[in-house]
Amino acid sequence: MAVAIECRNLRKTYDGKVEAVRGLDLRIETGECFGLLGPNGAGKTTTIEILEGLLEPTSGEVTILGHSWKEKSLALRELLGISLQETKLSEKLTVRETIELFASFYREPRSSSEVLDQLQLTEKADSWVGKLSGGQRQRLAVATALVGNPKILFLDEPTTGLDPQSRRQLWDIIREFQRSGGTVLLTTHYMDEAERLCDRLAIVDHGQIIAEGSPASLIDRLGGHHVIEFSVNTAPNGHSEATWRALPGVESISKEDDLISLNVREPHRTIPALLDAVDREGARLQHLSTRQCSLEDVFVHLTGRHLREA
Amino acid sequence: MQETIKRNSRWSGYYHLLMARMRELKREPEVVFWVFGFPLLLALGLGIAFRNKPADVTRIAIVAGPNAQHVIDLLSRSPNPTSIRAESLDAPDALKGFRLGKYDLVVEPLADGGVKYEYDPARPESVLSRALVDDALQNAAGRTNSIQTTSRTSSEPGSRYIDFLIPGLLGMNLMNSGMWGIGFALVDMRQRKLLKRFVATPMRRSDFLLALTSSRLVLMLIEIVLLLGLGILAFHMKVLGSWLSILFLSAIGAVAFGGIGLLTACRAQKIETVSGLINLVMMPMWIFSGVFFSYERFPAIIQPFIKALPLTALNDALRATILEGASLASQSGRLLVLILWGGLSFILALKWFRWS
Repeated sequence: MAVAIECRNLRKTYDGKVEAVRGLDLRIETGECFGLLGPNGAGKTTTIEILEGLLEPTSGEVTILGHSWKEKSLALRELLGISLQETKLSEKLTVRETIELFASFYREPRSSSEVLDQLQLTEKADSWVGKLSGGQRQRLAVATALVGNPKILFLDEPTTGLDPQSRRQLWDIIREFQRSGGTVLLTTHYMDEAERLCDRLAIVDHGQIIAEGSPASLIDRLGGHHVIEFSVNTAPNGHSEATWRALPGVESISKEDDLISLNVREPHRTIPALLDAVDREGARLQHLSTRQCSLEDVFVHLTGRHLREA
Repeated sequence: MQETIKRNSRWSGYYHLLMARMRELKREPEVVFWVFGFPLLLALGLGIAFRNKPADVTRIAIVAGPNAQHVIDLLSRSPNPTSIRAESLDAPDALKGFRLGKYDLVVEPLADGGVKYEYDPARPESVLSRALVDDALQNAAGRTNSIQTTSRTSSEPGSRYIDFLIPGLLGMNLMNSGMWGIGFALVDMRQRKLLKRFVATPMRRSDFLLALTSSRLVLMLIEIVLLLGLGILAFHMKVLGSWLSILFLSAIGAVAFGGIGLLTACRAQKIETVSGLINLVMMPMWIFSGVFFSYERFPAIIQPFIKALPLTALNDALRATILEGASLASQSGRLLVLILWGGLSFILALKWFRWS
């Protein structure tokens, strides 16, 4: 498969001191949906803007569809659709006027009405942008990226601040673009978005990639696919972590306040053993639940922090 | 997917940018008011306030007393009795009215048949009133003039205040809307990350700046028609120069101030910053460039500085063309000042400009 986006040893230092990106390598194949997942301030936006040719890297190489930005910037721009974080489009233009304005910059744009249709904005075509809801504005932002008929779509935090329904609508649009052969690079700090949408993703923290792979393979690295969370009242003879660690099928253990999380392969073997152990210790269960592992657990496992608080 | 692909022409981006800009301006009522309504109101208000009034009437107070009636009789026999309105009242009231500006002069008849004037040498109308009343009294009492004089009045269109004012307002308006229309608009778009979004497309950056400039020129046309139209229709102003020269001068002015606006806005990230900068740049020109009154009143030592300001050059050129019918060739110095300001600003602005 051809490589759509590639960068090697990317670094960006602002004002000679703030290191936003610290040696980052990426290789994204044509037709892939690739996600940069990480907390706010991890360097995702800086990275994507360097790849988009909007920021100059301090060092490192970027190749888009086989070309560098220095070599062919105008021709490359014809092939990319970009949605930035927080662009405020002109409030007093209508939705259709806005899309037609962006279409006019490309040599061979798609028809504005078809893009309106695809993004379910036809009804709002003649409304001023200022009158749109958050979800509609975000769809319009993606529409301005799609109208140029791009080969690669760059989306920086496309669903931040949207309600669940609007988020799902956008996910459908992104999948549709991918199905028609497009490549997608998106940044997000929502693990569910990354999990559902991305074929592969890179977890970024402090300007570096700390893990990379498909969502499933990243979760595999935790050892187990399930998490058992429980808490017990404090028993007089005191139970140590070692007791829980020794239970059958436990891959790893973490503790947050009173809540103990066990990473396990087979909950049906671990849970009975856990109940026995609690009995033996003379303690009483106060909480017990199980759930599937998520990328959040991967992030916590790798950094010791949660995505949102990081 | 069934897709209709159309091919855009070379100028499609420019055309759409220009149309978008014009639509936005049209849909912004404040812009319409500040660009068009405000200068018209200003011209109308100042034109009416400083209109050429019929010969001034001077109001004087005559201190009541035995000889007061005699003085009033003498004044009514003067050659031009309507220009003096005299009232007779007690000394304290007369002085109070004089202090408040109700009377220009206090005349106190004396027992020996003479009069005493009380006037304020710092008030031109008071000085004038004293001369007028003295003349009237002396003539009525039998003084003969040793030289016969005649005079002719002159308040022809072309030399009135409104004639001076309208080209100045046109110049100021071209400056204002050039600075705000380009400078403010750019920083606003930069702050909204719209500039960055635009350069993420294959849009030609030169097309963008060209469209912004073109939108200024379209507005300029409307500004000229409105302001000069008001002068011609409401104040019977006579435009002596050719309209083509006026258009040409205005276009040079609009583009020059567009360039200065671009330079002002080339790096500012916030509209608050650029608003301050724009006002800072425009302030000396509001004061010195002779919009509302002639800059000849400033000390000679700062005249070269005043004449080097772009608005001074534009105002002088517009006045010479509109009021005196001066040719463009005779204004090459002023044109050069404008072109230098505009050109240098433009070059520096492009060098320092930040799209994000």
